[in-house]
Amino acid sequence: MPRQQMRLLPDGKRLHLQDGPIDLVIGAEGTWEAVTAAYQAARARFATLLDELCAELPLLRQEAGQEPTGETARQMLLATRPFAALDFITPMAAVAGAGADTILAAMLRAAPLTRAYVNNGGDIALHLAPGQSFAIGMMVRPELSTILDGQIVIQAEDGIHGIATSGRHGRSFSLGIADAVTVLADSAAEADAAATMIANRVDLPGHPAITRAQAISIQPDSDLGERLVTRAVAALSQDEIEEALDHGARHAGLLVESGLIRAAALRLAGSTRLVGLSGPVAGIARAPTTQTNKANKTNKEWRSHAAG
Amino acid sequence: MSAIPAKTEDGKIRCDACPVLCYIRDGATGACDRYANAGGELVRVDPHVLLNKTLAEGQAVVPFGGSVQDWDGDLLHAGNTFVTAIGAGTTYPDYKPAPFIVAAEVEGVDMVTVVTEGIFSYCGVKIKIDTDRHLGPEQASVRAQGEAVGHVTTGEYGSQMLSLGGVHHLTGGSKKEGRVTCDTLLELCNGKAVELTIDGGSTVIVEAGKAPIVNGQQEERMRVGCGSATIGMFAKQWQGKVDEVVVVDDHITGVLSEHQAGKLLGIPDTGIKLKGRKSTPGRYFQVAEPGTGWGGTDISDPLSILLPFDAKVAKPGTTMLMVSTTGEHAGYYVLDDALQPVETDMPQALQDSVARIKENCEPALSTVLFMGGAGGSLRAGVTENPVRLTQSVKSALTYVTCGGAPAYVWPGGGITLMVDVTLLPQNAFGYVPTPALVAPIEFTLRLDDYATLGGHMDHVRRLETLAGDNNKRLRVATRRDSPWPFNMQPTKGGGR
Repeated sequence: MPRQQMRLLPDGKRLHLQDGPIDLVIGAEGTWEAVTAAYQAARARFATLLDELCAELPLLRQEAGQEPTGETARQMLLATRPFAALDFITPMAAVAGAGADTILAAMLRAAPLTRAYVNNGGDIALHLAPGQSFAIGMMVRPELSTILDGQIVIQAEDGIHGIATSGRHGRSFSLGIADAVTVLADSAAEADAAATMIANRVDLPGHPAITRAQAISIQPDSDLGERLVTRAVAALSQDEIEEALDHGARHAGLLVESGLIRAAALRLAGSTRLVGLSGPVAGIARAPTTQTNKANKTNKEWRSHAAG
Repeated sequence: MSAIPAKTEDGKIRCDACPVLCYIRDGATGACDRYANAGGELVRVDPHVLLNKTLAEGQAVVPFGGSVQDWDGDLLHAGNTFVTAIGAGTTYPDYKPAPFIVAAEVEGVDMVTVVTEGIFSYCGVKIKIDTDRHLGPEQASVRAQGEAVGHVTTGEYGSQMLSLGGVHHLTGGSKKEGRVTCDTLLELCNGKAVELTIDGGSTVIVEAGKAPIVNGQQEERMRVGCGSATIGMFAKQWQGKVDEVVVVDDHITGVLSEHQAGKLLGIPDTGIKLKGRKSTPGRYFQVAEPGTGWGGTDISDPLSILLPFDAKVAKPGTTMLMVSTTGEHAGYYVLDDALQPVETDMPQALQDSVARIKENCEPALSTVLFMGGAGGSLRAGVTENPVRLTQSVKSALTYVTCGGAPAYVWPGGGITLMVDVTLLPQNAFGYVPTPALVAPIEFTLRLDDYATLGGHMDHVRRLETLAGDNNKRLRVATRRDSPWPFNMQPTKGGGR
């Protein structure tokens, strides 16, 4: 049995590519020839993606290491570097988003597409031709992919090419307590890194209701080493919830001002904070909506090492 | 399953399923969530492994109906009876001798046929569908009951080709995908009709040896040639009977007055203009989209591929025949004073030429070839040293048949064979729930050669003794179009 899986999903439209921890669900719209060419390009590019990353894995798990050489690895470094002055971060914080960006770029080089997305376990690289839009379902709890409580409509002219969600429930470790932080940014790699960092800031340091454990006690090769990651959160008061969200929202506001991200939605225990969501992307609907591009349930992000 | 992974002192294991090489604690999964550490053992946590395990534990062969009937009591006549592997059972995965190793004397030489039913996880069918209609883009998924069971592969002259099955669909996808793939292969191999839908294309009903039915329409004829070739073949017959002929074809549409054949005959320009991309004079690519209309295009009105006639050249009263490459569609037109083609009754002479095109198109069929590879354990059922059987087949000492039908053995390593499923007796194929197909396979060779290659000599039974020990055998007539296996001088590559 080959290591990689490449198949169309039962709907006959979306392409599913899986290799080790990378699990992509890809959609593309255009002429049949274009979609076929794009899927072929995706498969061809995907064939070596994991091997390229693993070749530089020790480097990518280090803070402020040497410059990596691979296409995806370089994007990981570029996306995470802006955060390095503020917090501990390794390029692995952007691995899922950067992988999605790499595959989408290969598809767009191969063919003209009206709309396309590469969904790497909830970290999504997007393409929209002029005049097109995407409706994106937002998850409160990334691990329960059926629970969607919002929808964002992204227009081509918004220039948003990346959406990522991070929180303590996903496979990724989080230093914070946010249920979910969804970030819209210029690329999936940037969104991925930022979502991780904002989720880490949604926190109540030293609070007794929060159980934490050393990352390496759970995953021996985590890039977070002995840093404490959140394992459980007991009931919090509404004031505490707001306080934790304030921490995260302040950080998100700084990132929007600096131009690193476009917008963020922060969720904790039923409360939501929106940052930078004005103008064309303000359309968050509160009611459950159609699940246009929700993450595939089996699709997990390769971010177990990321956070910090 | 990969080799037993390295274990560290504290119970962590290092997963080697992919290059991430995760260290996994007992009870935890790796970064992928697909591999886990269960008490120090690396296990796969999706259903795929469980299926493999049942196979490894030796699943009973599901019996197939209709292939075994009461023995009629006649004596077997050595040399005139060839024992096929159908219903013989199998030994997989035990390396024990094949169920039947039968010796018979043929023209004074003892011949032996080793008979077994192979379980083929690596198998599939190649389907040739004689049609010019667009069934779907190359590489598009082919579905049965909604599950991907194969894909469209490179087309052949006048035919579309599908490749179904293979280990990827049988065991590499979901459980349902595997089951549906196995069902589909079994039905096709046993000569049943199967409905297949192609992503971005058509629905086609395929039955080995029968006409394909594309989108509900039964295919009648194969085209005689592309549109350009048809112009070349019939130009002379059209000369003087019509001013212009357009042979509509999805591949190359031909135009008589511009075509080399028309030029040679001195046929004058008509001012005709076509859509599409001009290749060489009188030959046009892409006059329309592929489809199930005229000549494998998507059009139902042939005039839709024409641009307005060139007013400087065209004359009112010009006559034009438009015909598809199979002659199934045809229309006759006369240009009116505004140079618009107007459909008119077709003169008898042109009706005859359309009938001639039709006559030259052979009946369209779906043909199904089973293709599979005989694995090491199957070969071990034949000889103690499996590679010797491969070598014997390659060096033309051993003749390979499937249910008595001649099999083409691919050159190169292993024993990978192809056989026309219509040449096998009915219901010759079975399946195991692995899922995998069970196909009969027989190896026929001289008894002394069999001994040389390390055959299971102590298991060889004389043909005459078979009647007594098992009265559950079905005798079938041999097919006139299959060579008698004992008469075959196996050729290099094991072909017919």
